[in-house]
Amino acid sequence: MREELLSLIEKNSRIDTKDLAVMLGKSELDIINELQKLEDEKIICGYHTLINWEKTSLDKVTALIEVKVTPQRGQGFDRIASRIFNYPEVRDVYLISGGFDLLVTLEEKSLKEIARFVSEKLSTLDSILSTATHFILKKYKDHGTIIDEQIKDEREIITP
Amino acid sequence: MKNLLSEKVVGIKPSGIRKFFDIVSEMKDAISLGVGEPDFDTAWHIRDEGIYALEKGKTFYTSNAGLKELRQEICNYINRTQEVAYDPISEVIVTVGGSEGIDLCFRAMINSGDEVIIPQPSYVSYEPCAILSGATPVIINLKPENSFKLTPEELKKAITKNTKLLVLPFPNNPTGAIMEKEDLKEIADICIENDIYVLADEIYGELTYKGKHVSIASIDGMKDRTILINGFSKAYAMTGWRLGYACGPKDIIRQMTKIHQFAIMCAPTTSQYAAIEALKNGDDDIKMMREAYNQRRRFLINAFNDMHIDCFEPFGAFYVFPCIKEFGMTSEEFATKFLTEERVAVVPGNAFGESGEGFVRISYAYSVDSLKIAMERFKNFITKLRNS
Repeated sequence: MREELLSLIEKNSRIDTKDLAVMLGKSELDIINELQKLEDEKIICGYHTLINWEKTSLDKVTALIEVKVTPQRGQGFDRIASRIFNYPEVRDVYLISGGFDLLVTLEEKSLKEIARFVSEKLSTLDSILSTATHFILKKYKDHGTIIDEQIKDEREIITP
Repeated sequence: MKNLLSEKVVGIKPSGIRKFFDIVSEMKDAISLGVGEPDFDTAWHIRDEGIYALEKGKTFYTSNAGLKELRQEICNYINRTQEVAYDPISEVIVTVGGSEGIDLCFRAMINSGDEVIIPQPSYVSYEPCAILSGATPVIINLKPENSFKLTPEELKKAITKNTKLLVLPFPNNPTGAIMEKEDLKEIADICIENDIYVLADEIYGELTYKGKHVSIASIDGMKDRTILINGFSKAYAMTGWRLGYACGPKDIIRQMTKIHQFAIMCAPTTSQYAAIEALKNGDDDIKMMREAYNQRRRFLINAFNDMHIDCFEPFGAFYVFPCIKEFGMTSEEFATKFLTEERVAVVPGNAFGESGEGFVRISYAYSVDSLKIAMERFKNFITKLRNS
């Protein structure tokens, strides 16, 4: 049931445990215990909300930054990655195969703040060779969800 | 004056579903639980293959029996799921939905005076198509106390010396009943003993929630007397593509192909290319949808149990078939009142045969969120009825 439970709450973490129990054919206590275990094992790492900030009055700018670094002896990329992910403004850090090494994403109130982070913090770190910053202009799909999708049931009301 | 119309056609009762549809379509804000098709979109990789076929200009007729590659994939699929080997050249025909296969089968096999046994409640097409082909339908009224399965006793009682064909519609629309291997063996023995053929409509085969679906064609001695009907509508959520297939003894398939050739020519070419992709790479899509249906099924069964509504547990298709006899209304009265008072559409059980009277069909081809709202309204409705 573990995988089925995970794939259910991956799409909607707000289904209550009573409904989860019914849908998976288990007792509510089983579900609560399993969720607790998944949290303890850090398989469930958090419960977030997917927000379309564009529709709010808050301005947000998201940037993807490609970073090339020199790996360090004995620690590979891990040390420099931790230097980067410890900045609270950094949202994601991924080690990437191909033309660059780390992909860093950042969400800030303005271009200026992102520019300041890159020039004053990120690029001054030892072992950073270069950075390339891309700004996101529009999000069409995020975390598997199509943003602003209009769902309409096109089916006939009654069919045999 | 000459009679303008065919008496045979005029004599056929219009579908009970149609009548109810006209009432529902008046209501603009109704929630519907009346749909007999999946709520999922066809998986993108399948749609993409259809688009690609169009882009490449694959817009011509295919051979009458369907693309050879598709027939081969159909045979591979049946072989891997049922361990039954069909010859793609002579034992398979690709049809316009499973429905065409049903019609072709009757027309290819029936001589006037032949009897066709039809268990009900079941899909609305069997009886009219059998009548149009000249058969005499013999109805078996399936019983809730047998979980709406066909029992050997019921079958034996319906057999006469004129019986030619048994329609075996499991997993069943509207009841959700399934027939398991042990059940099928008993039916198979009777068919062999009495030289009866079986039209096995297994369109809901992939939507089975208790073990794996077993085809009657896989029972010893039955491949030679089974016309297996299946298709892409339910398993792959491809209703609008209109694509199905029939497999069976080559003499019957040859005659079915003859009618198909004159009446239809071939199934839609775009759909056939998409279907090849579905069979090759669609197993995960089926699994995902089956899991979702099963979650909803459990949700509905639990909701009806909580309301103390008499409802047997269905293990197939995407319907539940609760009994509403305690409210002292006919299925149509119940469904109409439920629609007007609570704005939820369900299908009266008698649309699927007389033995469906006293039941309603509820489809769970809807999101859990919609089902939740609908069940709250159902609860309001029956609470009012019980207190009045």
